[in-house]
Amino acid sequence: MELLYFGDKGWGDELFFATLMTIAVSITAMIIGFIFAALFTPLKLSDNKILNTIGNVYTTVIRGVPELLVIYLFFFGGSGAIMFVASIFGYNEYIEINAFLTGSFSIGIISGAYSTEVFRGAIQSIDIGQFEAAKVLGFNKYIYFFKIIFPQMLRLSIPNLSNVWQITLKDTSLISVTGLVEIMRQSYIAAGSTRDPLFFYSFAAILYLMLTYIIMKIINRLEIKYSREY
Amino acid sequence: MDFDLMFTSLPKLLSATVVTLKLLSASLLFGLIIGLLFAILRLNKNIFINKFAYGYSYVFRGTPLLVQIFIIYFGLGQIEYLRSTFLWVILKEPYWCAIIAFTLNTGAYTSEILRSAFQTIKPGIIEAGKSLGIPNKIIFYKIQIPIAIRQSLPAYGNEIILMMKGTSLASTVTLMDLTGVAKYIISTTFKPIEVFIVAGGIYLFMTFIIHNVIKYLEKKYSFYS
Repeated sequence: MELLYFGDKGWGDELFFATLMTIAVSITAMIIGFIFAALFTPLKLSDNKILNTIGNVYTTVIRGVPELLVIYLFFFGGSGAIMFVASIFGYNEYIEINAFLTGSFSIGIISGAYSTEVFRGAIQSIDIGQFEAAKVLGFNKYIYFFKIIFPQMLRLSIPNLSNVWQITLKDTSLISVTGLVEIMRQSYIAAGSTRDPLFFYSFAAILYLMLTYIIMKIINRLEIKYSREY
Repeated sequence: MDFDLMFTSLPKLLSATVVTLKLLSASLLFGLIIGLLFAILRLNKNIFINKFAYGYSYVFRGTPLLVQIFIIYFGLGQIEYLRSTFLWVILKEPYWCAIIAFTLNTGAYTSEILRSAFQTIKPGIIEAGKSLGIPNKIIFYKIQIPIAIRQSLPAYGNEIILMMKGTSLASTVTLMDLTGVAKYIISTTFKPIEVFIVAGGIYLFMTFIIHNVIKYLEKKYSFYS
């Protein structure tokens, strides 16, 4: 247990901050994922064939390719892409992007593909009468979407968002390959310097179990709160 | 776009795909056996056996696959006792460590899929078997298991695709699978986009095949049509 002391003697404080980093990355990635989902869900539901294909390509490619490969793409390709854009504007210095941003962005794109599927499924399972009633009552487009469809979509997607959040949390362990100090990376460092990998990786597993448990509890509470019948 | 690189890296990536497919098929085969075993334990009425099986699937589904591989590959070697047994012959090889980790991981998900399939079998079907005088054992092997397998096909298809993506983590324990080779080519040529297109294309092709095979099996074995 000495290995977990806070301060210079143990790895307690390092692991604590690493856990906060994992939480920060998973929440940032979820938010980035929601932004992607907000862009791509309408495309997937669109009648226009081209827009529909764009939406399908996004979710199929991201969900069919390993997360690690996507992370390598952004890790090795991210600063190159930004430098290319910057060179168009006449800036030719070397730009290095922060590991937190690359990590959250790559996990966010992955999480966005799953969120898109969840939201699409939720909208499609709303009773068609709701759409018709809203149209018949002559609501304008803003009220039609934000006051009638959107709240119902959120409610229906809460249970599945729990899965997406857990997948996202587990995916954050993969960005340790880029050097960002989150739970996995910190355990790797600690295991290397104390030569006690079994202890540190098992402890990392316990931390992840705790986080997934907390997520499950939060979502369950939301689910109960919003699941009353109309 | 560097089409030459895409063309020259294709054979290397394709030969690495063989490693990925070997890892995938071995872990799916062992995982299915473990999954079936734990699904049956989950249905046991003894509370300890039941809780044990639930604990197994909870731990392996609640932690990242990367942690599981690292515990098995880096962690188990630390136990002195294990190093003296014959298990060490297996555990010192990254290849077998990866297969063990994938097997335990996919076994946990498979046991959940099969358990829910067993529980959704209509009681009437089992009762019909009983009233025909079929022994319980035969009802289980000849009626419940085939129906459960059919019921779980769609979810199991997803699990196969998830596992195929999971095998990419073998590259973190020095195995040169498709992702490992892709990363090696990226880090030597600094052309991530070209390599991503080729490697990603191979993965998508495999996803496509798995998806269609499962769809075909679903159609072939559908009985409520």
